[in-house]
Amino acid sequence: MRIFDPHIHMTSRTTDDYSAMAAAGVKAVVEPAFWLGQPRTCPGSFADYFDSLVGWEPYRAGQFGIRHYATIALNPKEANDLRLTPVLDMVPRYLAKENVVAVGEIGYDTMTPQEDTAFAAQLAMAMTAGLPALVHTPHRDKARGTARSLAVVAESGIGADLVVLDHLNEVTVRQVRDAGCWAGFSLYPETKMTPGRMVELLKKYGTERMLVNSAADWGRSDPLLTVRTAEAMLASGFTEAAVDQVFWGNPTEFFGRSGRLTPAIAGAADEAYAGNSITRGGR
Amino acid sequence: MNPAAAPPSGPHWLAEAQAGVLRDPDTAGTLIAAAARELPPAGVTRGRAVLLAAVLRADAGVARLATLYRHGDSGEKLDLLRALPLLPDPGGLPAAAIPLLRDALRSNDDRLVAAALGPYSDHLDQAAWRHGVLKCVFLGVPLARVHRLGERADAELAVMIGGLAAERDAAGRRLPPDAAALLRHLTAATTDDQPVTPAEG
Ligand SMILES: [Zn+2]
Repeated sequence: MRIFDPHIHMTSRTTDDYSAMAAAGVKAVVEPAFWLGQPRTCPGSFADYFDSLVGWEPYRAGQFGIRHYATIALNPKEANDLRLTPVLDMVPRYLAKENVVAVGEIGYDTMTPQEDTAFAAQLAMAMTAGLPALVHTPHRDKARGTARSLAVVAESGIGADLVVLDHLNEVTVRQVRDAGCWAGFSLYPETKMTPGRMVELLKKYGTERMLVNSAADWGRSDPLLTVRTAEAMLASGFTEAAVDQVFWGNPTEFFGRSGRLTPAIAGAADEAYAGNSITRGGR
Repeated sequence: MNPAAAPPSGPHWLAEAQAGVLRDPDTAGTLIAAAARELPPAGVTRGRAVLLAAVLRADAGVARLATLYRHGDSGEKLDLLRALPLLPDPGGLPAAAIPLLRDALRSNDDRLVAAALGPYSDHLDQAAWRHGVLKCVFLGVPLARVHRLGERADAELAVMIGGLAAERDAAGRRLPPDAAALLRHLTAATTDDQPVTPAEG
């Protein structure tokens, strides 16, 4: 079993997690830029954070044979702090980087005018850079927040198939499917999805345009819930091929639209992966 | 910097990018980043050196180079460090580059540490250089990658490596063979009061 976790905040995880993930078959991850629990108060803090997402963290992941990609954005929650508005000017610089495969996490937290501005501006940056977009849906007022996010996406002119709306659930998945966007689900204990509920959604909606992630971070979370969900799929009768589509084919197809996945990850063959060095540092 | 400018593409990408940097050095950051996907993997380091040389021809080129390092991802930082010995000095390059070498030596990325100890490390003072070499031993970077190791290795470096050897001994661990050989060589030379001969070029 090979796993590509399309949403995990490795910055907040330990080397034990990397070891356990590698042992369980995780070969690639996408780390979206988000908030760190403690609010930041100046743009420089974001520069250092983004630098670690294109510097130290890919190196750290490489030590465990895991290919690390990132998405870059000013997140919706901190977009509300006017001291951080200059971060929007820094984002395009990072969107040019080798391991950056999307703009994200953008979207809504409490649906303020500041969030509207940052969301629309960063969707435009994604289109300019030719990158997909990762949209976080709010924890509160989720159904209406999802609908409003879809409206902003449609208005921006970006292709629906270049956008994933994440942290979906039974209530919000239908509208995202109908809009033609990718549907993201976070297996996050207590607050988001569980493996059992995820399997039911995959039975109902099929395995196409579905991205399943652990969203593991500094909160109560588990980087192996992707693996547990893959096992639950098999136990409930899904084929190995269907599991591979959800946990490898779909993330490589979606983020592959950046044109920036290394051939070893983008190519379907396991042999290609095994034969290539994980980081370009091997050259 | 104008990220909206679409990077040129095609077989002549590097020549076009070089002309672009000469026309507008503000585009260098985006183009140097884009080299990772526009050039074949084996040509990225050399291509970036070509673009950095173009940057140095602009006004305030040396300051621009330092900014490009600060704004670079790991691959860009690595390629900039590797390019340093090949770059023309418009004046003030070593003074601007030394802080970059020191930054790389502070990192925990063994690729950056090794790159900082390439030929441009001739500009590092002896204290910084010794700590760099010791860090290589600590991280397991092959010492063959350290420029002019045989000429610059001195008694003080022997004391430092000897200290690490004692700690490793106490923990039941060994120095890498190349470091152990260097230590034997240095202590023998010091005892015999003879000049240290180069171990390699
Ligand atoms: Zn997240």
